[in-house]
Amino acid sequence: MANIEIDAPGTSQLFIGNEAIARGALEAGIGFAAAYPGTPSSEILGSLAQIAKKMNIYAEWSINEKVAMEAAAGASYAGIRSLAAMKQNGINVVSDFLANLVMSGTGKGGLVLVSCDDPSAISSSNEQDTRPIAKWLDIPLVEPGDFQEAKDMTKWLFDLAEELGTLCMLRSVTRIAHARGNVKLGELPNKQQKAYFEQIHDLKNVMPTRYIPIPSPVRHLFLHAKMDKALEKFESSLFNRYIGPDRADLLIITCGSCWLYSQDAIEALKLRDRVGILKLGTLWPLPEKFVMEHLNKSDKVLFVEEIDPFLERSVMELGGSFPPKAIRPTFYGKRSGHINAYGELNPDMVIKAVSTILGLTYKARDADYGKKAEAVAKSNVPERSMTFCAGCPHRATFWSIKNALKLDGHDGVVTGDIGCYSMALGPAGFFQVRTMHCMGAGVGVANGLGKLGQFGFNQPVLAVVGDSTFYHATIPALINGIYNQSNFILIILDNSATAMTGFQPHPGTGMTAMGEPTKVISMEALCRSLGARVEVCDPFDLNNTTAILLEMMAEGGGAKVAIMRRQCELVRAKKEKPPYKVRVDAERCIGEACGCDRLCTRIFLCPGLIWDKKTGKSKVDEVICNGCGVCVDVCPQGAIIKEAA
Amino acid sequence: MTKKQLMKDPLNLVITGVGGQGNVMISLIIGNAFVRDGYIVTVGETYGASQRGGPVMSHMRISKETQYSPFIPDGCADIILGMEPVETLRMLGRYGNPRVITIINPRPIYSIDVTGGHAEYPDLDKLVEIVKELSAQTWIINATEEAQKMGSPMFANAILIGALIGSGVLPLDKKSVEPVLRETFPKEIEANLVAFNKGIKFVKS
Ligand code: SF4
Ligand code: SF4
Repeated sequence: MANIEIDAPGTSQLFIGNEAIARGALEAGIGFAAAYPGTPSSEILGSLAQIAKKMNIYAEWSINEKVAMEAAAGASYAGIRSLAAMKQNGINVVSDFLANLVMSGTGKGGLVLVSCDDPSAISSSNEQDTRPIAKWLDIPLVEPGDFQEAKDMTKWLFDLAEELGTLCMLRSVTRIAHARGNVKLGELPNKQQKAYFEQIHDLKNVMPTRYIPIPSPVRHLFLHAKMDKALEKFESSLFNRYIGPDRADLLIITCGSCWLYSQDAIEALKLRDRVGILKLGTLWPLPEKFVMEHLNKSDKVLFVEEIDPFLERSVMELGGSFPPKAIRPTFYGKRSGHINAYGELNPDMVIKAVSTILGLTYKARDADYGKKAEAVAKSNVPERSMTFCAGCPHRATFWSIKNALKLDGHDGVVTGDIGCYSMALGPAGFFQVRTMHCMGAGVGVANGLGKLGQFGFNQPVLAVVGDSTFYHATIPALINGIYNQSNFILIILDNSATAMTGFQPHPGTGMTAMGEPTKVISMEALCRSLGARVEVCDPFDLNNTTAILLEMMAEGGGAKVAIMRRQCELVRAKKEKPPYKVRVDAERCIGEACGCDRLCTRIFLCPGLIWDKKTGKSKVDEVICNGCGVCVDVCPQGAIIKEAA
Repeated sequence: MTKKQLMKDPLNLVITGVGGQGNVMISLIIGNAFVRDGYIVTVGETYGASQRGGPVMSHMRISKETQYSPFIPDGCADIILGMEPVETLRMLGRYGNPRVITIINPRPIYSIDVTGGHAEYPDLDKLVEIVKELSAQTWIINATEEAQKMGSPMFANAILIGALIGSGVLPLDKKSVEPVLRETFPKEIEANLVAFNKGIKFVKS
């Protein structure tokens, strides 16, 4: 991660959007930041945590997004500027608190929520637009259109949040959050912060000053007044602007990363003097006057935005307030089918929409070359499915799960969860996982399945969660299973890190976000205290792990816990040399010739093992193999040899 | 001596490989060197799959004028740095054009689809021939092989950065890149500088 704290105002740095947001928060004089990791939002808190001690601020990985937001609100109530950051799913987790927070208002310290959406669900289970929550709950909402704005807007938003006394939200998307671009730095503040929760002890005045959402109708009225004030500011905000001719053949209305795509498209089509772009930075409340002023620039309007038609619908709602004889532009966008209402966009998609509307043809490259390049790539480039890393403990765990289920023979069901191990839906985990939804959902689903005995259900139920997910969302479902005596095994894949999002620490690791040692919250002690049978396995010990799972399935009864404990291979590989040197003994390997049917390379599929077609033998790719030694126990021929490295 | 110019604005550079090879690191080093030399740079990467064996690409847009989007439009790559051969071809298929310049590390990394027998990895010589045919100019740099000789395949990254700089296709010289290399590899800087200089040499010979 970049050094977001460098004190070099005026210089340009190459920051990802998340670092720019973190820098903006620093420049705003933030004191408190909390988050739960989630791609594409994680580096906001990650980069703040890295420099928290040095900059005398506080940053934490909270157990989940709801606690992160509540903790940040606490700091705001004591006068400290604070921020909570999360991915789109986090917004769902925190929504109940948000719905109350907007009524209660925030404290003296400005409170900002950053929500990072993941169009196309590149690193997510679902695709979801979080902008509508701002409309739903009355939260002032902004969205940066590039990296510089990501910093500048964040800084500005703290001032706004403080002035209005209400939560303000910044939405970003993967292609801003995780893309890199130039950011010109501003000054870092040099202020001493003092936290104090001011109390009114005169009970006659108690209601209006307490941080509570009641009496709700009155609070709601106050909230609307705050939104009116926000609108006033938004109408004149420089984050909204128009570029293009005074009268345009087409007006594009856009925001966020789509602002960049729209500019690329206009540039590629060489339409600078025919097409105008209205770029909005403050999205809700919609700066109506500003939009109306520009709507008459063209009689054709195209909305370019990702996921939901948020701007499209909001601008169309304005149609109701058009003067009766006004000329109404033709609107293009998701309703007309020119822009997809799912998945992320890119410059090519905008080029296509604009060319279709204006009846242009666009050719990026020589047609013959294009045909040839596409054809040879298609016929020569093999698929490259994602898989667990070489030496990943999850591969070993799912190997044992697969074998245990087979030996048990009762068609056991595995419910899944969110993390690297979601890949167990596919070949990486031998297609073992059957359900996947949000964090912790697999355990909830297992609770239901595990209570179906009275209907003749006798399939074992295994619920797989990661260690970080366990703390985040699983504990109430486990308690439910023990209390209601549901029959399932909770398998915790404990690799001592929130691996998928960048190895953040969690309550089981004994380390805080700021790198300080802390109490380890032992998952086995916690589960035992609830009365569950708990077994701890080393997933690399395939035989023992399989045996324990088999035995737990046979035992039946209420909810039980099996912890698969092995450090994430990427974390280990950063610290140590590989434990083994592994090779295939070509003499002993029988490849396709008999029963094994090259078990290691066809089924086990660690990318460290490759198939040498010429010799008809398996082989270790020494560039990829991490020397875990697990495949040694997979090969029935004893052809894979490990030696201590 | 006048300072070298971008051969096109924006200059569109694709860096491609397989998750875990070091794509992001290369784009960071090149990107930082450009920003320090006063350019406006946008880098888009495929994340998520980055550690887990999927295809990975970084799109770099380098300009003196404006901040471009993190996606190179189809058919508009100027340079492709391929850390893996079929991934290079994948990129040529979508972003290539008759003017594209390619630098390729010809060391295959098999996907589980290939290993598992569901897909075919093409013959390497044929693959390199196709890449050459689809490019205006191609440099073949045995980066992984050379890096292994130096003791770790990870040095391939510095070799490829050296090749990219040595090829002269970017208006960057050794002096702009070296300080960034020093900051990126504070511990193994000597070996990485050796690798970097090797890359420069290979491309010139
Ligand atoms: S190494 Fe063992 S499992 Fe793999 S193909 Fe050879 S004999 Fe079969
Ligand atoms: S030892 Fe075997 S299982 Fe482990 S990383 Fe190497 S090839 Fe993969």
